[in-house]
Amino acid sequence: MAKTLEEKQYLVRFNCDTKSHLEVRDHDVCATKCPDKDCTIFCPADVYKWEGDRMFVGFEGCHECGSCRIGCPFDNIKWEYPKGGHGIVFRLA
Amino acid sequence: MSEKFDVIVVGAGPAGTSCAYTAAKNGLKVLLIERGEFPGAKNVMGGILYRKQMEDIIPEFWKEAPLERPVVEQRFWFLDKESMVTTSYKGLEWGKEPFNNFTVLRAKFDKWFADKAVEQGALLINETVVTECIVEDGKVVGVRTDRPDGDVYADVVVLADGVNSLLAKKLGFHKEWKPNEVALTVMEVMKMPKGSINERFNVEENQGVSVEIFGDATKGALGTAFLYTNKDSINIGVGTTLSGMIKKKMKPHQLLEDLKTHPMIKPYIEGAESLEYLAHLIPEGGYDSIPKLVGDGVMVIGDAAQLVNAIHREGSNMAMASGKMAAETILKAKDLGEFSERNLDSYRTDLYDSFIGKDLKKYRDAAHTFEEHPQYFEQYVPLMNRAMNTMFTVDGTPKWDKQKKIMNSFTAGRGKLGVAKDLYRAWKAVK
Repeated sequence: MAKTLEEKQYLVRFNCDTKSHLEVRDHDVCATKCPDKDCTIFCPADVYKWEGDRMFVGFEGCHECGSCRIGCPFDNIKWEYPKGGHGIVFRLA
Repeated sequence: MSEKFDVIVVGAGPAGTSCAYTAAKNGLKVLLIERGEFPGAKNVMGGILYRKQMEDIIPEFWKEAPLERPVVEQRFWFLDKESMVTTSYKGLEWGKEPFNNFTVLRAKFDKWFADKAVEQGALLINETVVTECIVEDGKVVGVRTDRPDGDVYADVVVLADGVNSLLAKKLGFHKEWKPNEVALTVMEVMKMPKGSINERFNVEENQGVSVEIFGDATKGALGTAFLYTNKDSINIGVGTTLSGMIKKKMKPHQLLEDLKTHPMIKPYIEGAESLEYLAHLIPEGGYDSIPKLVGDGVMVIGDAAQLVNAIHREGSNMAMASGKMAAETILKAKDLGEFSERNLDSYRTDLYDSFIGKDLKKYRDAAHTFEEHPQYFEQYVPLMNRAMNTMFTVDGTPKWDKQKKIMNSFTAGRGKLGVAKDLYRAWKAVK
């Protein structure tokens, strides 16, 4: 039974693109205007990690749900679909 | 890809494929564009597919579609920390033709369904992202894709690109969704032997159960959890409005883990093996979030149009019905020889006149009411549990005293007037 997020993510197939489909528009906004950094909490795949001074975006594990784009209080995430055929590949549900 | 189509459908989910199938079956030249490796590769739902709206498109589909189990019992669990109040309906008529609904695994089902549209003559192109609609003189005339020389033209473009609905947003049909207009849901598919499913859920072969779970599963936030039985696996998931998730600072995968280890849930999934983890948004803005649905040469269907009845967990059926209605409107417009907003507008009126418009209108205030007044999920579910405990624990206390204690517990927090107001408000939101 997959308990941790790492174990859960390991169950999923990703056909990663080399280029990120997610982009923080302005890293200063994360650093100076956004004390809560909610995206690092609600992202279901922990794509966003605060590294002390900069937002790390691990796009490779993205489920393409769109929550970060909608949930970012500063509209600071440029969100596109990965190139056709790339990104997450669900096999079951 | 410079040839012109009658219809381009963007997205091969239940909405898009229903539209493509219906249009192709009636002789239109249809291009169905899917961004995933195959239809279903990007698509997620809890797992309930409704018979009626699918049958309207493919009669007796259950004889060949990859379905899991027909649902014969719908359970509702109101969860507290170490107890639950439950209610359910089980009817064997749902296990026989024509059935009510089925559990499905979308990666299998959507692929099958899209193949059926191809059999009707639709051209399916996978692994292709539509980046924008091509607009000329205010009219949508085609789509731009991420393929080289990827512009394709058509009389009508149908946007079935799912909850994120980026294309309709780009056309100005709606603004970015607000965090309270979408629900963030995560789930796992877990492998479990058929026999264990049958025993634990008290069903026979080819009978399924759906369980909707309220209360502690979402820590009182507006949302639900669910447990659906497949043939030899189960889907277990939980979701809340994105706004609720943010407000309560909850991690979705932790919420799922808390659900899986909840003492009321754990025995059902003991020993099951995780097969897949999935996250997705559900459009739950309801009636007032439905965007502009029709423009010159363009229509919006399914999740992209916020067509979900969250109270009754209906979505795939509305997607299919909207796809079919869109195709039928296109056929009529073809006879009229023009695909203007005016000629396509009967899709909008048909939709609002159908069960979709009516049901979404019925519950238009429900989600907002329950989100703005968290007492329903946060307080009343635990109170219900404690009331049952008080009434049924035999401890020598006279029943009159127990009743009084229960009434007092309900009014202690919010006062008699507060409770009356809550009851009235809840009734008004769903009446």
